[in-house]
Amino acid sequence: MIAVLKHELSGYFHSLSAYIFGAFLLVFVGIGTMFYNIYQAVANFEYVLNFVSLVFVIIIPILTMRVIAEERKQKTDQLLYSLPITTTQLVTGKYIAMLIVYLIPLCIISLYPLVFAQFGEVYLPASYGSLFAFFIMGAALIAIGTFISSLTVNQGIAAEISVLIFLFNYYSASLAEYVSSTTQGSLAALFIISVIMGLIVNFLAKNKTLAYITTLLLMLITVVIYFADKTLFEGMLPDIMEKLSLFERFNTFVNGVFDVTSVIYYVTIAIFFLFLAVQSLEKRRYN
Amino acid sequence: MVTVENLTKCYGSFTAVSNLSFEIGGGHVYGFLGPNGAGKSTTMNIMAGCLSASEGNIKIGGYDIFEEPKKAKRLIGYLPEQPPLYMNETPAEYLKFVGEAKGLKGQELKQHVENVIVQTHIEDVRNCLVSKLSKGYKQRVGIAQALLGSPEVIILDEPTAGLDPVQIVEIRDLVKQLGQTHTVIFISHILSEVQAICEKVLIIAKGRLVAFDEPGNLEKLLLGSNEILFTAEASAAETNNILKSIEDITEWDLTEKDNGIVTANVKTGTSSPYEVCRTLFFAFASEEKALLEIKPKKASLEDVFIELTENREENL
Repeated sequence: MIAVLKHELSGYFHSLSAYIFGAFLLVFVGIGTMFYNIYQAVANFEYVLNFVSLVFVIIIPILTMRVIAEERKQKTDQLLYSLPITTTQLVTGKYIAMLIVYLIPLCIISLYPLVFAQFGEVYLPASYGSLFAFFIMGAALIAIGTFISSLTVNQGIAAEISVLIFLFNYYSASLAEYVSSTTQGSLAALFIISVIMGLIVNFLAKNKTLAYITTLLLMLITVVIYFADKTLFEGMLPDIMEKLSLFERFNTFVNGVFDVTSVIYYVTIAIFFLFLAVQSLEKRRYN
Repeated sequence: MVTVENLTKCYGSFTAVSNLSFEIGGGHVYGFLGPNGAGKSTTMNIMAGCLSASEGNIKIGGYDIFEEPKKAKRLIGYLPEQPPLYMNETPAEYLKFVGEAKGLKGQELKQHVENVIVQTHIEDVRNCLVSKLSKGYKQRVGIAQALLGSPEVIILDEPTAGLDPVQIVEIRDLVKQLGQTHTVIFISHILSEVQAICEKVLIIAKGRLVAFDEPGNLEKLLLGSNEILFTAEASAAETNNILKSIEDITEWDLTEKDNGIVTANVKTGTSSPYEVCRTLFFAFASEEKALLEIKPKKASLEDVFIELTENREENL
């Protein structure tokens, strides 16, 4: 794993991606700081992070798009498979390398609240709590980007899919207000989720029967719960959209609350998508 | 050193490798021969741990590649058909990464990298970007990574493909040299190449092993067609008369050209083709007809494959 980590870090700093990623993050945090903290003289650095979180939609895919897709394109994945390292070590090494690239600009950013504290009263726990949440939210998004990169050979397509998914996730809380909150609407949404789960099973296991069974089983459970207690389904769809939004959860930290459940949620999302990335790599062995 | 038992690999309904079994000892160069699409690369990919098998098992130095992949992979150096190189790195950086991933550290890593650089003659380009290297050098860097960690088994998948004649000779020499200290599996679809450097040859066709023999025995098989081709300065009638006088020639096929030259393809009975060539030579000489060219017909690689697959597959 250490070998992969060192190799990936060297790759990021040989190419422009680490510099572009860091530069974008610093520029946008700089612009936000200038508007909120300097021009408007607001002492809350967390507002800047809230403003900058939208930039993740663009800069995280820059970091993650090539991570696995490029290996497949250059056929270097064959080398990685033949080396005495596991796919888990491989994905972990790559992921930690991206976290380090992400942490470097964050280390610089972490000095800003201290600088402002020299000129006025800054509530540092809220600033650093938000900065921690900002880091861990980015870490979850990087894991999602890594999984998407493992699905394709083309890093451009990986980037496009990542941007679309992140954008939908960013606005899902706002969109939740416009979607149906009726029981039927929720039922339809759960059916769609069941079909998506079936498609994921089919992709990972290449087993249509298993995919059909998964979809039908999930639909059956949904129908049983629906007829058992319809009230559970009222407002479920907007609720799911809000709860699944990584960006919406970040607002809690910005408002000065250190929400441990959200931290656990981010960590769970990161582990889940890294697990999927490992499975996606393992699957290629069976094709 | 390598044991393959009942290996089968299916891609959907297509069977790439079917019930393949063989055993390879230590310290020789083994040729793995077969036409395109025979299942050579698939078999090697499974042996190197890049692919799973649908059925069967593979043991490298006693370790099962599916059950104990880490231990088994430490014993293998693998160069796939396309060298797996990172274009924006130098060979030195690339080899350092591969060495570390193979578990080498510190001074040992430096020593191994240095050794393989010297062994594959890439000293001059060690600090050039891989993307700037010629195909021959890229192939050498690929071989160098396979040699790192001194694996006991080295699998080279068509290492001479696309190289110029000088580079081909250099790579062949290197493979021969490696065969003295390692077990080398050399994959190719060029028969002459395999015959030149390998001590034992495995022939695979349609995913099945159809022959596992020494090149000398394979040579006999190639001569087994009992056909002779010759070109003579004579008319068809004169040639027919000469051929009728030779007992061991059973049938022939003549083509007469305008300039008084005839080409013929004759089939012999039980005698060796060289013996019949000798008889033909003296028969034409006694009639004062010049033999311009004469040679026993060697079966082409395709002919051997067809013969082996059609006649032997059932028995194997």
